[in-house]
Amino acid sequence: MHGFANPARFLRLARWLTPLLLVSGLVVAGAALAWGFLVVPPDRLMGDTVRILYIHVPSAWLGMGGWTAIAVASLMELVWRHPLSGIAARAAAVPGAVFTAICLVTGSLWGRPTWGTWWVWDGRLTSMLVLLFLYFGYIALADATQRDGNGSRVAAIFGLVGAINIPIINRSVVWWNSLHQPPSITMGQSSIDGTFLWPLLVGTVGFSLIFGGVVLARMRAILADVQAEARLRRKAAV
Amino acid sequence: MREALDQMSFVYAAYAVGVLGTLAMVAWSWIAMRAAERRRDKSRGK
Repeated sequence: MHGFANPARFLRLARWLTPLLLVSGLVVAGAALAWGFLVVPPDRLMGDTVRILYIHVPSAWLGMGGWTAIAVASLMELVWRHPLSGIAARAAAVPGAVFTAICLVTGSLWGRPTWGTWWVWDGRLTSMLVLLFLYFGYIALADATQRDGNGSRVAAIFGLVGAINIPIINRSVVWWNSLHQPPSITMGQSSIDGTFLWPLLVGTVGFSLIFGGVVLARMRAILADVQAEARLRRKAAV
Repeated sequence: MREALDQMSFVYAAYAVGVLGTLAMVAWSWIAMRAAERRRDKSRGK
């Protein structure tokens, strides 16, 4: 793991891995969405709206996964001073926020025909909205601390503290009464029939590959900006 | 009174949000990365 702390080694790997992850992710996610949209039959209770599952659920998992990645990278930055971990945390924030927003909007579009309402202030929906605001706060804080040259330790602490919301989102449908259904997939178990489950799993793999590709692309962008700025500063100092 | 909602219009809207949002994010990140790497190469005098 520490081997990739070297930016040059990371860039050698990321140069071919970024397009590979993005292209394979777009192909796999596209195939899973087509499968869910065209092949999967309507559900007995939810009818055609069950197809929203293939966008909504991977987005929800990646929204939470994005913050988990920020928390892990922040911990690595604070404990081991890993040079790339702060950059990785910053790079995961935008895709995490985008998937959280997609999850909230598609959830609302699913709620209207199934629950009869666009929104309810229950535990699951509210904690997911809080996650989106945490992402906005993290992005603003990371940008501001980088501009001021204060490093990203403040953002790293924020990333760690914000992780408290992840188990709250996960357990919200168990702890509080909610219109949202309880978990259908837990560790090694699923109450979803295979007809509906397989395209969901394939789609999750596809969207995860896209997430990984976007994080690598954004890490490369941040790293290139840091290197260009350092070079200009050296030139100005001479 | 029960509303008669066309379920497929909600499905279309959800797919549009998901697909367009994902594609926009991929395109934005890729373009930003290429632009940043061009700026770095330019600062090196490449």
